[in-house]
Amino acid sequence: MTDAPGSVDTRLPEQETVAEFDSSHKSTFHRLLGFLQATPSAIPLFVLITAIIVFGILNGHRFFSPFALTLILQQVAIVGIVAVAQSLVILTAGIDLSVGAIAVMSSVIMGKFTFDLGMPPELAVLCGLATGLFFGTANGLLVAYVKLPPFIVTLGMWQIVLAANFLYSGSVVIRSEEIAQRAPILQFFGRTIEVGGAIFTYGVILLLLLVLLMSYILSQTAWGRHVYAVGDDPDAAELSGVKVKATLVSVYAIGGLICAFAGWALIGRLGSVSPQAGQLANIESVTAVVIGGISLFGGRGSVAGTLFGALIVGVFTLGLRLLGADVQWTYLLIGALIIFAVTIDQTIRKVSL
Amino acid sequence: MTSPILTARKLNKRYGRVVAMEDCDFDLLPGEILAVIGDNGAGKSTLIKALSGALRPDSGEIRLDGKLVHFSSPIQAREHGIETVYQTLALSPALTIADNIFMGREIRKPGIMGSLFRQLDKKKMQDFARNKLSELGLMTIQNIAQTVETLSGGQRQGVAVARAAAFGTNVVILDEPTAALGVKESRKVLDLIKTVKSKGIPIILISHNMPHVFEVADRIHVHRLGKRLCVIDPKDYTMSDAVALMTGAMAPPDQEVAA
Ligand SMILES: Nc1ncnc2c1ncn2[C@@H]1O[C@H](COP(=O)(O)OP(=O)(O)OP(=O)(O)O)[C@@H](O)[C@H]1O
Ligand SMILES: [Mg+2]
Repeated sequence: MTDAPGSVDTRLPEQETVAEFDSSHKSTFHRLLGFLQATPSAIPLFVLITAIIVFGILNGHRFFSPFALTLILQQVAIVGIVAVAQSLVILTAGIDLSVGAIAVMSSVIMGKFTFDLGMPPELAVLCGLATGLFFGTANGLLVAYVKLPPFIVTLGMWQIVLAANFLYSGSVVIRSEEIAQRAPILQFFGRTIEVGGAIFTYGVILLLLLVLLMSYILSQTAWGRHVYAVGDDPDAAELSGVKVKATLVSVYAIGGLICAFAGWALIGRLGSVSPQAGQLANIESVTAVVIGGISLFGGRGSVAGTLFGALIVGVFTLGLRLLGADVQWTYLLIGALIIFAVTIDQTIRKVSL
Repeated sequence: MTSPILTARKLNKRYGRVVAMEDCDFDLLPGEILAVIGDNGAGKSTLIKALSGALRPDSGEIRLDGKLVHFSSPIQAREHGIETVYQTLALSPALTIADNIFMGREIRKPGIMGSLFRQLDKKKMQDFARNKLSELGLMTIQNIAQTVETLSGGQRQGVAVARAAAFGTNVVILDEPTAALGVKESRKVLDLIKTVKSKGIPIILISHNMPHVFEVADRIHVHRLGKRLCVIDPKDYTMSDAVALMTGAMAPPDQEVAA
């Protein structure tokens, strides 16, 4: 139904064929695809549960315990938070390679402003969050208004922010004891709650709350619908009344802010402020998003899926380690999962076109 | 003589070296169905995109009810009661029918859930969408929450037309609304066009289908090479005349452009 649907038609309308509106005899295969289309997080959830069961059987109690299972949550918390930001961007058919760099830069600002500038730590935290918001907004403006490809914009921003981070920090680590003594709020997300043998860090709780909040926003608010519409077909969205540019800028800006929170949580996880940390967060977040069933072509998927994707990586990592397997097996299997997930996505999209 | 509700004077639009509109004039009278016909590439879609805010003409002026307007986006045209079904339909395939009908004008829940938590009133929007679709008799949708990509081409067109008809208060613009439809569905769209007209809302209908045009149009705007060639009364001309005019096989009648 694109342009030029045919030339002048002087036939009588009765000669046209009748359009079929009946869609009741779909095959089971199509119905399955329809279900997956409507519930894109079903496959990652299934893979996650299967993986937990399989590793539970193979490893026994070492794996299938509240302690081990919550350890997985702790291990994926930072990447998970960054992956929520990545999800927003990928839903608009973009990609953000600068997420990890922005997270680390924000954590460095929080540390340096407290210890070098002598700021009250609360204020330094706010400055760190503002830093994330700033770089995210810059990404958004370049994508929406200068119309540069997201890949290029964020590739450049990644290098810029990372270099700025090293130049400013001199790659110097701020030690954990120092932070604990003078600015414990920086380690806020490292605090824990224990329930039975299960240990939840505040960082894990942040991740879970963030996923709930974003799920709500994406599915229940107009802004959320617009994010999907922009990723689905930006021209159609514009014509049907969506402010596409404003939506894009807000997505990257919020993404940057979430990354700054990830940076804060990173201090909690490491104890220290380390300019060298989080180098792989961009690739790992894309991995979680893709395994979580969000389409790289935009407009499809959910942040619940992303959480499952991040957890799948965590389950494979810990499960295989407990089995004593070479860590390369983890990468190999995750690699296979990525390709599998994208194949599923392509199949679903092809059926819909 | 009644004064036109929507007019355009000397609109120009170029895409690089392609001249899509050249000193194009346009007039729509209150309450009428104005058909716009012309060859592929004549510039019909470009004209209505200028009228609906989807593109800015390089020069020229547009007046609504005599007042000069400058739409810089479709949202602004919509705020003035101009609704458009674009040739490409402008639907988001992965979203539901109700999502699409309310895109950019969503309804929020009453009370604090809506004002503070910005929650959408999905039920209200779905009910409205369902009512509109069945009211228009356009289709038998099993589930209003199904995504647009699961619909046939004709059903999609129905959704787009229903969206425009439901919200258009001043002008409804339809760019080839029956292009993908079969007999039954075309019939319904034509009836729908008449229904909208009976509410006193004028309609701009772009179509290549001469029987459809001659059935519903009060006047026919013949578009050729980026501008209005002439406006004819369907009662005075045959379908072959109209085709001859738009292809250049017949010279336009001598007229001081109608309206
Ligand atoms: N976005 C664009 N970029 C470049 N050229 C364009 C663009 N849109 C339209 N044109 C050109 O402008 C001219 C008019 O196009 P337009 O779509 O208005 O024609 P039309 O009368 O609607 O044709 P059809 O009957 O095929 O829908 C064509 O030559 C087309 O190639
Ligand atoms: Mg056209």
